[in-house]
Amino acid sequence: MRLLQLWAFGFCHLLFMNTSDSEEDSYNERSALVQCESPTIPSYNQDHDMSLPQETDTKRRRPVSSGLDEPGPVERERASTPDGEEEELTLKYGAKHVIMLFIPVTLCMVVVVATIKSVSFYTEKTSQRLIYTPFEEDPNSVGQRLLNSLLNTMVMISVIVVMTIILVVLYKYRCYKFIHGWLILSSLMLLFWFSFMYLGEVFKTYNVAMDYPTLVMIIWNFGVVGMICIHWKGPLRLQQAYLIVISALMALIFIKYLPEWSAWVILGAISIYDLIAVLCPKGPLRMLVETAQERNEPIFPALIYSSAMVWMVGMADSSNPDSADERQRNEGGALAQEGVESEDDATQGGRRRYSAEEDLEEDRGVKLGLGDFIFYSVLVGKAATTGGDWNTTLACFVAILIGLCLTLLLLAIFKKALPALPISITFGLVFYFSTDNLVRPFMDSLAAHQYYI
Amino acid sequence: MTVAVFFGCTFIAFGPAVALFVFTIARDPLRVIFLIAGAFFWLVSLLLSSLVWFITVQISNKNSATQQTGLLIFGVVLSVLLQEAFRYGYYRLLKKANEGLLALSQEDTMPISIRQLAYVSGLGFGFMSGAFSVVNILSDSLGPGTVGIHGDPQHYFISSAFMTLAIILLHMFWGVVFFESCERQRWWALGAVVISHLVVSCVTFVNPHYQGSLIPTYIILSIMAAWAYLCAGGSLRNLKLCLTCKDKDFLLANHRPR
Repeated sequence: MRLLQLWAFGFCHLLFMNTSDSEEDSYNERSALVQCESPTIPSYNQDHDMSLPQETDTKRRRPVSSGLDEPGPVERERASTPDGEEEELTLKYGAKHVIMLFIPVTLCMVVVVATIKSVSFYTEKTSQRLIYTPFEEDPNSVGQRLLNSLLNTMVMISVIVVMTIILVVLYKYRCYKFIHGWLILSSLMLLFWFSFMYLGEVFKTYNVAMDYPTLVMIIWNFGVVGMICIHWKGPLRLQQAYLIVISALMALIFIKYLPEWSAWVILGAISIYDLIAVLCPKGPLRMLVETAQERNEPIFPALIYSSAMVWMVGMADSSNPDSADERQRNEGGALAQEGVESEDDATQGGRRRYSAEEDLEEDRGVKLGLGDFIFYSVLVGKAATTGGDWNTTLACFVAILIGLCLTLLLLAIFKKALPALPISITFGLVFYFSTDNLVRPFMDSLAAHQYYI
Repeated sequence: MTVAVFFGCTFIAFGPAVALFVFTIARDPLRVIFLIAGAFFWLVSLLLSSLVWFITVQISNKNSATQQTGLLIFGVVLSVLLQEAFRYGYYRLLKKANEGLLALSQEDTMPISIRQLAYVSGLGFGFMSGAFSVVNILSDSLGPGTVGIHGDPQHYFISSAFMTLAIILLHMFWGVVFFESCERQRWWALGAVVISHLVVSCVTFVNPHYQGSLIPTYIILSIMAAWAYLCAGGSLRNLKLCLTCKDKDFLLANHRPR
């Protein structure tokens, strides 16, 4: 990892071509940067070594979400400054990282809620089910329905566990090509097929007449640029936008195809699984993290949303040290149409980007697995599905953000990879059920009389 | 109805609050976090009061309209008291967090002062309160319909919007005054805040008669605005300097090189 970075910094001036900055300026800045870099590199690497254990991301199989990368390295690099300033800066950077995650999570939820409220396709109940939730929910009998949803959850979770274990095994035996191929296939499906479906439904809703050649052109461009941004190189903002869009698409598919009660039970079960998988010593995700640390490799930079920040004055972008071969992918995800089985996929694309500033400040940003985005959006989307009540949606939204804030706080305290799902999903579920059943009648009565509290 | 009413009412209800957010809070991540935490605390207080109300409704006579109205009034009063209790709880939490941070950092300055926290938490309470009061109404106003076709008041939407605006701003002022009075141990001021909140809520009980509810609310709003301004350190002199562009910050800003 250290060598990779040295190499990267040495060659960074070649890489600026891939960014969207104006070439001349960044070239000058970069060549200046390379020289200034040399004295700082030893300390950078020393810090990097120390922070390596924390820097790892946890794996994400789509459904499994994962861990957060801590904003940790920031604290270490500040050893030279006085303590008080360090704490204050830590707090400020910590707050900045929290906001850097609030914004994409909010955007993803906004996209999902806007779609659910306007395009009726995703809320229409259909008899098609995912192959992973084979038991049908019978609305007539409560006990039977509960039992079926529990069985569905067990099937889904076992599928996820099996997939994660296969992934860990593949990773252990270095079958990188297989993992790559798998991931590329899943992102292909998401970027082309699901977005085609989505666009079709949006056009139907707004009664827009569209011809096939235009549509093919749009989808082709969207898909190809997406594949390039996610799996190779691209401007950071565009890559982040694509990750948000594919998380939203995946969440919409889940909202459509998961039966009512099963969805809620699955949300609960998956946060428990996330907790176990990331924290237990024999959990698959933890084993993945440790294997990657032993090999000194970046763990699965794909399938993570990364919000790296650049601190250089005048520089808008950073060097890109990852090379395509080093990147490993994750996947996960399930989709079936009319009983046809298809590959699991989850697309997560991501890449680690960071840069160093002249005065030793470096911010690798903070990373969140795409599975987290997906499940947060599923929760808020399902809250939005219930009738016309916006209060429930708002309550779930605030609950999830607060959960994320608390998780990041814990991350700053414990400084190791943490599961991002449990706290947020717990808060979200509690607030969903209580707002839907308790607050809604209260607020409705108040609004009917126009009383204000 | 429809889009014009929707946009009009949305901008009336949320315009000033969103402007405050964009210009004073959005740039600073710490403030945004405390805003959302304030919203969360308000939400929890609402949850508790709805729980109590729900329980009382379940054990009561559902057919008697007067009893239901009485229970609703009880719910409103309880909710107001719980909101203020949670505001106090948030104040204690923030004080503890600040003290902890101060102890850790051994510095004299905190990254965010208690006054800023008062403003931000008040606005957080306000946003959530306003949103819960008015968002469903706004989404209904988008659709087709005729307001008041059965003899109900015709100015439902616009009066809701103005009331929401008042409530959001009031929460912000209450936050400032509340925290300041807790800091200075002025318990009478605390009581005044709680009582004014109760008055504003109770005045809405006369509601289809909007002149009876909106006017007192706006009077209380102006009083609280002046009080909060004084608590935050403002004075007539400051105001005059600011309005004639002679205050220190403006002068310093003008001398900064481009």
